[in-house]
Amino acid sequence: MTLKNLILIDTLCVQYHVEKSFFNSLNEIGLIEITEKEELFYIHENTIKSVEKMIRLHNELELNLQGIDVVFNLLEKIDQLNEELLSVKNRLGLYEEE
Amino acid sequence: MAFIDYYKILGVNKDASSAEIKKAYRKLARKYHPDISPNDPQAEQKFKEINEANEVLSNSENRKKYDKYGKDWQHSEAFEQANRQNQQNTRQQYSGGFSEGGYSDFFESMFGGSGFSGGRSGGVKFRGEDYHAELELNLKDVYTTHKRTLTVNGKNIRLTIPAGVENGQVIKINGYGGKGVNGGPNGDLHITFNIKNHSGFKLSNTNLYTTAELDLYTALLGGTTIINSFTGQVKLTVKPETQNGTQVKLKGKGFPVYKKEGQFGDLFVTYHITMPTNLTSKEKELFTELSKLRSS
Repeated sequence: MTLKNLILIDTLCVQYHVEKSFFNSLNEIGLIEITEKEELFYIHENTIKSVEKMIRLHNELELNLQGIDVVFNLLEKIDQLNEELLSVKNRLGLYEEE
Repeated sequence: MAFIDYYKILGVNKDASSAEIKKAYRKLARKYHPDISPNDPQAEQKFKEINEANEVLSNSENRKKYDKYGKDWQHSEAFEQANRQNQQNTRQQYSGGFSEGGYSDFFESMFGGSGFSGGRSGGVKFRGEDYHAELELNLKDVYTTHKRTLTVNGKNIRLTIPAGVENGQVIKINGYGGKGVNGGPNGDLHITFNIKNHSGFKLSNTNLYTTAELDLYTALLGGTTIINSFTGQVKLTVKPETQNGTQVKLKGKGFPVYKKEGQFGDLFVTYHITMPTNLTSKEKELFTELSKLRSS
């Protein structure tokens, strides 16, 4: 894997004022995936939006890592349910009169 | 400009301690934080309100000013000037991915809005707020790929809308959301398509459904009929002895498949056979004869 699309965790620590251990803990709990290359640690740029959300939940709502995990799982379920609901609504329209 | 009761917003009494205010704020923030309630404009509004209430009530100076002049904010300017230099803004603010701002007129008039600096002044870069917009289109509009120009927050965005986009589908335009905080990247713009169907066709996935009237004689003896497809009239061959409610499939005459150029669903036509009315005596006579033939 090349360094393209990878962001150095040290940079993120400076950027977001968080400790490296925070990223390690997120990695341990399976919320992010850390890539190691030449003794440096990176995350993929696609995960940055989620990581920012995790930092906000941690800093602003004082959620611990388990809490963040629960929130992410529930939000994922809500997204799935919303998609199913939309699909069902669209199909239901087939049987409704104009 | 209406007076805003910040105590009521946080659900605390006027003599609430700072600990009680903090507790009430945290409880509400956990409920309405935009990361917890995404795509919910009501929660977003509520979050702004509780944030604003906390801005005022969690700071003793501001709370004092609010308690003294809150209902008579127009006369607070003298107080404001006298105290402006002494303000130590130790407030805590939840960003929730929001940009600075979003304060009520009441708050702006009392505390000067963005002049009331503090909070996230530590230089932490945050991505800007994601914007959510809804675009109403007709089903006919999304039959073909076309371009639209939208104005979102004063910016014109030329948008290509692919054929076959579904009702409720959301597309994301990177970087067209709120500005990043302290040099952070801009948020994204999420556009939800609200597709109204006045076409007379029902749509399910990419298949279209319609009905067509068929006269008794064509249904019995067979022949041809003209039906309206989504793109124009189509001549169909009708088999003899076609029953009422018979459904025929016109392959590839349905709706375009999203982002698969040249691929279409099917059109299903259900025949409704119409009975002749106002029969002449001759017709009655012949139908009677037919009936006898059938029963013999």
